[in-house]
Amino acid sequence: MNSRITDRIATGVFYTIAAIMVALLLYLFYFILSNGLPQVTWDFLTSPSSSYQAGGGIRDQLFNSLYILFITMIITVPLGVCGGIYMAEYAKPGKITNFIRTCIEMLASLPSIVVGLFGLLIFVNITGWGYTIIGGALALTIFNIPVMVRVTEDAIRSVPKEQKEASLALGITRWHTIKTVILPYAFPGILTGAILASGRVFGEAAALLYTAGLSTPTLDYGNWNPFAENSPLNIFRPAETLAVHIWSVNTQGLIPDVREVANGASAVLVIAVLVFNLLARWLGSVIHKKLTAGK
Amino acid sequence: MNYTADKPTETKTEDEMAASNTRASKKEVVLDVKDLSIFYGNNEAVKRANMGIEKNAVTALIGPSGCGKSTFIRSINRMNDLIPSSRAEGEIIYDGINILRNDINVVALRSEIGMVFQKPNPFPKSIYNNITHALKYNGQKNKKVLDEIVEESLRKAALWDEVKDRLHQSALSLSGGQQQRLCIARTLAMEPQILLLDEPASALDPVSNSKIEELILQLKEDYSIVIVTHNMSQASRVSDKTAFFLNGDVVEYDDTKKIFTNPSETKTEEYISGRFG
Repeated sequence: MNSRITDRIATGVFYTIAAIMVALLLYLFYFILSNGLPQVTWDFLTSPSSSYQAGGGIRDQLFNSLYILFITMIITVPLGVCGGIYMAEYAKPGKITNFIRTCIEMLASLPSIVVGLFGLLIFVNITGWGYTIIGGALALTIFNIPVMVRVTEDAIRSVPKEQKEASLALGITRWHTIKTVILPYAFPGILTGAILASGRVFGEAAALLYTAGLSTPTLDYGNWNPFAENSPLNIFRPAETLAVHIWSVNTQGLIPDVREVANGASAVLVIAVLVFNLLARWLGSVIHKKLTAGK
Repeated sequence: MNYTADKPTETKTEDEMAASNTRASKKEVVLDVKDLSIFYGNNEAVKRANMGIEKNAVTALIGPSGCGKSTFIRSINRMNDLIPSSRAEGEIIYDGINILRNDINVVALRSEIGMVFQKPNPFPKSIYNNITHALKYNGQKNKKVLDEIVEESLRKAALWDEVKDRLHQSALSLSGGQQQRLCIARTLAMEPQILLLDEPASALDPVSNSKIEELILQLKEDYSIVIVTHNMSQASRVSDKTAFFLNGDVVEYDDTKKIFTNPSETKTEEYISGRFG
């Protein structure tokens, strides 16, 4: 009798907590999108931001966000995947491995503003680059790598032991086994992890304030020479991202339509992160099906 | 023979020639296990085992669960290396060389001593690519040669007629018994000398089971086979020699006929008559 009541109470508590989480998320989405979506027009997405007048857009910020994300992933994914392979396949259990694992976890939990200040010191001042896209991407890499390592390690560990044994027993080296049997099997997991990490990078502001900067030079989207000053592809130029833009117009914006721009930019940011998450789930399940069910 | 790191030039002395000639008149020994002990940490899973495994014969390893027979068979192609806490003492002599030595090229060794596992474990690739996986790794890229090897190994594994029209379908679309024969075919494609089968039929239905048994009897012509099995009647049907393991000891190792009709040890008799295990 007593235990039945406790059981009911526990069930009720868990349902309530779940309901609160869902409600919170839905309300947040409703709030951001209902305020922001009316501002999101084609014109808003394709015109440059203005400093004093109303009616500015977020074209450059949107491009910067995507470009920094792209550069970050180019650096992070290979390093993170290699680290994950090492942790899952080569690291021998023991004190050193535990120490490495602790370091990785610490790195993942560093406050992003601290990483930003560290980036300011290293990638901005010591290198003498000033505020650059590459500096921002490297700062983001610092706390993105641990995530990639973790995701890769988990994905590799979830590959059935039998698959690995099958390949090794055929007289195939460990590296070739990793390349041809283990990585293809772990690929959906790694991809999902990478896309989820992308969502985090896309929304990051604090680490970029001091590394990629708060301004964007006038860009000529017709100029594809990555070494030109006004080329959008130049990685040695300052670049204000969407998340940083939201922060900066809110705190130091001089434009009269601060609220509209901030709301619109927030809506775009949230939609992008949402798309990343859904894409990750969809791609992961599609590839998993393809791998396990065969043609 | 190409599995030593630096291959010592070997010239057989006349004495050795004479010795191998007299051995040939009996049955040639392909694997000579001497005082083999295997430890997991401090736990001794196999205790000073001695066994001469004969060429072109089927050797069955029987015994209750946890008696060390799987550990024993997995040490023959060094699959135990995958378990960090495992350690082996003693010798396994193959082709005149102790394959437990540290400087053995394990990768080359495993292509000469192939292994098939309890649970069918085809790669999630096509039937064709399951067989060519290891061949391509070894540099065989000629499509014609690959086609021939695929057909030959599937024929040897008695699977060709069932799959010849769907070589490029996923191996996972095959039944469990077919998958297991594909795993055997994949191992045969490497042209091993010795075939290790770790309970190859225990996860299969009776029909697939008997197909695997027929296959083992055929393969005996060309390969030396070691098989771990829980199925006593299977051991008596397919094997020439049987070793009975108990708690890590090789209690008895003799001709299968003798083990099953007139064992020397009472423990063996009790086990095969079903009194324990």
